[in-house]
Amino acid sequence: MLSPAEQAALAKPLPDSETRGLLAASSVLQLIGNTPLVEIRRARDGVAPGVRIYAKLEGFNPGGSVKDRPARKMVEDGLARGLLVPGKVILDSTSGNTGIALAMIGAALGYPVELVMPGNVSEERKRVVRAFGARPIYSDPLEGSDGAILKCREIIAADPQRYFKPDQYFNEANPQAHFETTGPEIWEQTGGQVTHFVAGLGTSGTIMGTGRYLKQRNPDVRIVAAEPADAFHGLEGLKHMASSIRPGIYHEDELDSKIGIETDDAYNMVYRLGREEGLLVGQSCGAALVAALEVARTLRHGVVVVLFPDFGDRYLSTNLWLGWRNVA
Amino acid sequence: MVQVRVPTPLRKLTGGADSVEADGASVAAIVRHLDEHYPGMKDRICDESGAVRRFVNIFVNGEDIRFLQQLDTPVKTGDELSIVPAIAGGR
Repeated sequence: MLSPAEQAALAKPLPDSETRGLLAASSVLQLIGNTPLVEIRRARDGVAPGVRIYAKLEGFNPGGSVKDRPARKMVEDGLARGLLVPGKVILDSTSGNTGIALAMIGAALGYPVELVMPGNVSEERKRVVRAFGARPIYSDPLEGSDGAILKCREIIAADPQRYFKPDQYFNEANPQAHFETTGPEIWEQTGGQVTHFVAGLGTSGTIMGTGRYLKQRNPDVRIVAAEPADAFHGLEGLKHMASSIRPGIYHEDELDSKIGIETDDAYNMVYRLGREEGLLVGQSCGAALVAALEVARTLRHGVVVVLFPDFGDRYLSTNLWLGWRNVA
Repeated sequence: MVQVRVPTPLRKLTGGADSVEADGASVAAIVRHLDEHYPGMKDRICDESGAVRRFVNIFVNGEDIRFLQQLDTPVKTGDELSIVPAIAGGR
């Protein structure tokens, strides 16, 4: 464990004199965000030529997912408010990407990280978290992510002073991260031409914060959420809101629409994206694009931006690829 | 009787029970039995062709039936069958 002085030093950029003239970030935290947009050119059946579809590739973040953004913001906010101080442990419930992001950020800042996750998250995720030095705590797979949330609450209740809980489901710093970064990036990258923003619903932080920013710039931008069509699904990272513990940051009235996606349709889209676009992505990306296409097919003109939360390499050992049938 | 462990999202079909008993000599027979007593169960577990959905894992005494005899895997009284979705949801 680092001393308080060493931790405080890690939380600050190095003095100018040490970095001036070098094209280098002073910490991995500075590499978060500014992810690229890429046009979806082939996987767009039935979409009018006047409609362009662009995917924002959040897998380019250093932790490999969109979750780097809220994780950094929540930790910075905790430090600024004195809730995270030397000696405390960062603890949260997460089924994967947020855990990886917190583990990476904790490592960079010198804070220990413990993560409660359902025992059936992918093996790659467990290993990545451990590689960053974080300690995984497993909850019952049959209880899903809600089981992890409840177990995390129990752990904190037993020793509240020991932990800082970013609490991604209830922390306004989560959507705020997207209001400050994802939204402005999309506005900038599309030259203000974005007409629709489509993203999956997990904590809802991405769509809430990005949606708020884009609506502020242009109230006509439509905000569309993709969610699993049923409570029993295989879309890692996404929540079927009606049957889940409702995140405190989620405000359904800020969405223009919500589209239910079947797991099989999302998986099939992932296979297509690999072969037809050269994009190996996770299942939540497939779900988001299925929803984006449903929206795009109703339009004659438009610029649809769909957020792809991560790449697919961390799902290669999951049912997405090792399923019941071989992928033809 | 086989003890079947039910994941949270399917408990609305079992009246909230996290574990139910079912009768049958194979996993397929158990699924049929479940559907008779808890209508809708088979549609959740199997697709239109009758195969187990891609994102669903079924374990008999902790063994993944994909590596046994899939739906034909035999079961007997005292066995425990768990239905586990591949993922958890909510990052």
